[in-house]
Amino acid sequence: MVTPATSEPGVGRASAGESPGLPLRAGGESVGLRSSSRNPNAPLSFRAWLALSAAGFATFFGIWWAVAASGLVSPQFLPSPLAVAEQFVKLTQTTFVGYTLQQHLASSFGRFALGFGLAVAIGIPLGLLMGWYRGLDEIVTPLFDALRFIAPIAWVPFAALWFGTGIGGPVLVIFTGAFPPCVVNAYRGARFVEPRFIEAARTLGAGPFRMITEVLLPASVPSIVAGLRISAGLGWQSLVGAELIVASSGIGYLLVKGQSNISTSIVMSGMIAIGVVGFAIDALLRAIERRIQHRRGR
Amino acid sequence: MSRLSRRRSLLVGAATFAVVVVAWYALTTLTNTISPGRFPAPGEVWDALRQISVAGYADARLAEHVLHSVKLVLLGFAAAAIIGVPLGLAMGASTRIEAFANPTFLLLRPIPPLAWIPLAIVWLGLGDAAKILIIWFAAFVPAVINSYAGVRAIEPHLLEAARMLGVSRWAFVREVLVPGAMPMIFTGLRLSLQACWTTLVAGELIGAIAGLGHVLYQASLDIFPAMIVVGMASVAVTAAVMTVALGFVERRAMPWRS
Repeated sequence: MVTPATSEPGVGRASAGESPGLPLRAGGESVGLRSSSRNPNAPLSFRAWLALSAAGFATFFGIWWAVAASGLVSPQFLPSPLAVAEQFVKLTQTTFVGYTLQQHLASSFGRFALGFGLAVAIGIPLGLLMGWYRGLDEIVTPLFDALRFIAPIAWVPFAALWFGTGIGGPVLVIFTGAFPPCVVNAYRGARFVEPRFIEAARTLGAGPFRMITEVLLPASVPSIVAGLRISAGLGWQSLVGAELIVASSGIGYLLVKGQSNISTSIVMSGMIAIGVVGFAIDALLRAIERRIQHRRGR
Repeated sequence: MSRLSRRRSLLVGAATFAVVVVAWYALTTLTNTISPGRFPAPGEVWDALRQISVAGYADARLAEHVLHSVKLVLLGFAAAAIIGVPLGLAMGASTRIEAFANPTFLLLRPIPPLAWIPLAIVWLGLGDAAKILIIWFAAFVPAVINSYAGVRAIEPHLLEAARMLGVSRWAFVREVLVPGAMPMIFTGLRLSLQACWTTLVAGELIGAIAGLGHVLYQASLDIFPAMIVVGMASVAVTAAVMTVALGFVERRAMPWRS
């Protein structure tokens, strides 16, 4: 199956932000097929795989390099891969619009941590409570469903109006991006706890507080962690969007300034940095997810 | 859920909305606890809605802004689906194509679609072409990944049976691959549509001459909170309508599921 997170009953639809990762080598799944040269699904040997992957990379960078080198496009609009790499290094050493690349990233990451932290701190308890108290579920769900369709980025005008362009504005936008998956996955986790656990806890005299902290929370950890990954992804993406519009520092701001300077190499360097940090955040959460699944013997 | 409890849920939901509206009215118009510069009163939002629907705001009427945005989303989305789904299917069906395309894909995937906006503007300016490019990109990645995963999720013995029965290549694609991967393809398209919409709003906020994001941008320049609310509500309603429409298409495309 694709990812354990989405193949859980009930979680798939709600945690829609999740996209199954492409395994680097997915040959092993077609076990039942005889490997013959006519079968396109036959597992490749490692060498064939390596060669094809390298060819793929070479084609991508080759076309890029060839178009840039052909002189058809001005280097201002399409710098060669090497020029982008040079620009990237330069940005880490000298300041651009006030800060170096690392400082921009640090300021972005601070905002991200704050917005994501708030979403987790409010969203998970809310989701668990909604899973336990029917009344709260009935009150919150319609409001939640109504607000869910507002794209996080559409909060930008109010974010700027209420909190300004410093740290508050972007944090609100990140929060609105990261909040729904936290709530939904904690809620689903709590709703699909095996009834016998709840019955056992109830027989043993657990009150609502202990029921939530000692039964629902541990039982929904896998669902919650899957939600955190989606949440972090959406939060990071919302951060970039918010910083493109309301910020005076940060990686999104660097992109916008690169754009207004018509410097494609600065824009591309910023995109690379965004991709690397986003990937690192996801890899960290995926490692945590795997550890938890491993500990639970799944 | 029993019918009784569903009716109870509906009642509680309706009551919640009623309480929210009354509280909104009380906090703004009646007591002025929230200043009109921070959040508008219900009456102001109604006036703003009438203004944009009848007289127009930010150079066009509401219907024109909505149509403009929807047109861009559909163009970018269609282009992404037409290119992305076959590529994903091919990557799922052939380990060679997968090995060739996957690394580049893994390289580009972590870059969120919103981060392509400045690049699109540098390349194509503030017009529709730049919007379509970023929408295309936003929709492309989920379309490919989920079509790929859809093929991978087809039970191996189905593939094996088809191959053993000597199905021709075209029939294999039409009768086995596409129907088998269909549920995941639609999951991908649903994600794509959401991503498209978010990206378009962001793109229009950053620079555009029409569209709902442009309304939001203009309203925030004018410090016109009521119009911001109208813009946000329009974004939400349009997204909801498009999601419902895709759900309809999904049910029509997979009659065997219902």
